[in-house]
Amino acid sequence: MCLGIPGRIVAITDAEAMMATVDVSGVRRSVDVTCVAPKDGPLDGLVGRWTLVHVGFAMSLIDEEEAKATLAILHEIGEANAEIAAFAGEVA
Amino acid sequence: MTAPLTAGANPFQDRETGRRLIARIGEKLDRLGATERKPVRLMEICGGHTHTIFRHGLSGVLPAGLEFLHGPGCPVCVLPMGRIDDCVAIAEDPRVIFTTFGDAMRVPGSKKSLMQAKADGADIRMVYSPLDALELARRNPDREVVFFGLGFETTMPSTALTVLKAEREGIANFSLFCNHITIIPTIRAVLDTPGMMVDGFIGPGHVSMVIGLKPYRFIASQYDRPLVVTGFEPLDVLQSVWMLLDQIDRGVVEIQNQYARVVPEEGNPQANAAIDAVFETRPFFEWRGLGSIDESGVAIRERFARFDAERRFAVRSPAVAEPDSCQCGGVLTGTVKPWQCPLFGGACTPESPVGALMVSSEGACAAYHQYGGLRKGAA
Ligand code: SF4
Repeated sequence: MCLGIPGRIVAITDAEAMMATVDVSGVRRSVDVTCVAPKDGPLDGLVGRWTLVHVGFAMSLIDEEEAKATLAILHEIGEANAEIAAFAGEVA
Repeated sequence: MTAPLTAGANPFQDRETGRRLIARIGEKLDRLGATERKPVRLMEICGGHTHTIFRHGLSGVLPAGLEFLHGPGCPVCVLPMGRIDDCVAIAEDPRVIFTTFGDAMRVPGSKKSLMQAKADGADIRMVYSPLDALELARRNPDREVVFFGLGFETTMPSTALTVLKAEREGIANFSLFCNHITIIPTIRAVLDTPGMMVDGFIGPGHVSMVIGLKPYRFIASQYDRPLVVTGFEPLDVLQSVWMLLDQIDRGVVEIQNQYARVVPEEGNPQANAAIDAVFETRPFFEWRGLGSIDESGVAIRERFARFDAERRFAVRSPAVAEPDSCQCGGVLTGTVKPWQCPLFGGACTPESPVGALMVSSEGACAAYHQYGGLRKGAA
């Protein structure tokens, strides 16, 4: 539960509510970006950035290489599937 | 400090680097005169590291002069039974949709777990995020949606931000059952345990992403122990082990950051602002196996009372005695190994856990059971 998974911010969906779409290995979902928002200035600068997503919140920005390496390892040891399944899960 | 592990296509997996690090760790242990009978003992506080250590068999590849102690850093593992009983009581209220992370479903309460309560008909739903619980509240205005908030500072910002969102939107049927705990008093409790054997700490990665490095300073200044904030790849852990041994070897005691690629020294200001806005310190909080720890938990501030499940529902938090012969407390402080608990592998297994350390894959007992088998000293 404390691991989190890297994903790429692909669009800002609701700037006022601080929500963005994040792509994790092809799976997309709405994520809160308050914790990685620039102090002042628009959220648009976040688009294209990689972030560590934890329970639906972007918790820190990470660089692309780091993100890809982490994803590769999670896939290799079979832990990405569970994280991605949880990430993909829609509210019933 | 050693160079960060960033070379190569997949730097955290590079076997050559791993082998080199293991050799250097061995050299350090020799210099320190550490042996199987007189090992250097490092405690990982975070359950994520426990998982990494077992999953990749790190203890097996490291020299016998190094011993890992598995600390109280899995939030699921330290939930007291009384709080699970509270969850079940809230969930069994027919008005309520009770939402939780999946990890908490199987933790035993004194009568049943959330999983059993669900089988008995309570409306309990697993969610990925507290935001999913808020969405359920939006969609079910005639129901009371309660989210079971638990975890250290890693998950605290997410529940705080969700409460702030609920307030902004004026959502009246959402509340948080707050069981968040804080890492610093927990580490202090370990350090104050009689017979404490920890020579250094592998510091939590994602908690530190939120709180930064400063809150750990007292461990060095008051308790004379080093701590290295650490990432979750096997090479991260190996590098941190080396950094801790290097400090011990040089006779210095510092708080260092191995995970600088994710953890800023000063933490995350937005996350901390949300935590401060919504939560306040409780005078004490009850932990499974550890008893009451002063100022180790947080509650929802008065201003957000209407989002506080503890005020909206009759929450009793009964004090429930631990099951007979259970050794969870000793395991959590590193003074007892899981296989020394008389229930381990017999009355207590991952399929039917007696203690919460057997539930989560981040719990020491479950990890021993899954990866170490029943072998004494397997890790
Ligand atoms: S074996 Fe079960 S009861 Fe014993 S310490 Fe581990 S979790 Fe607790």
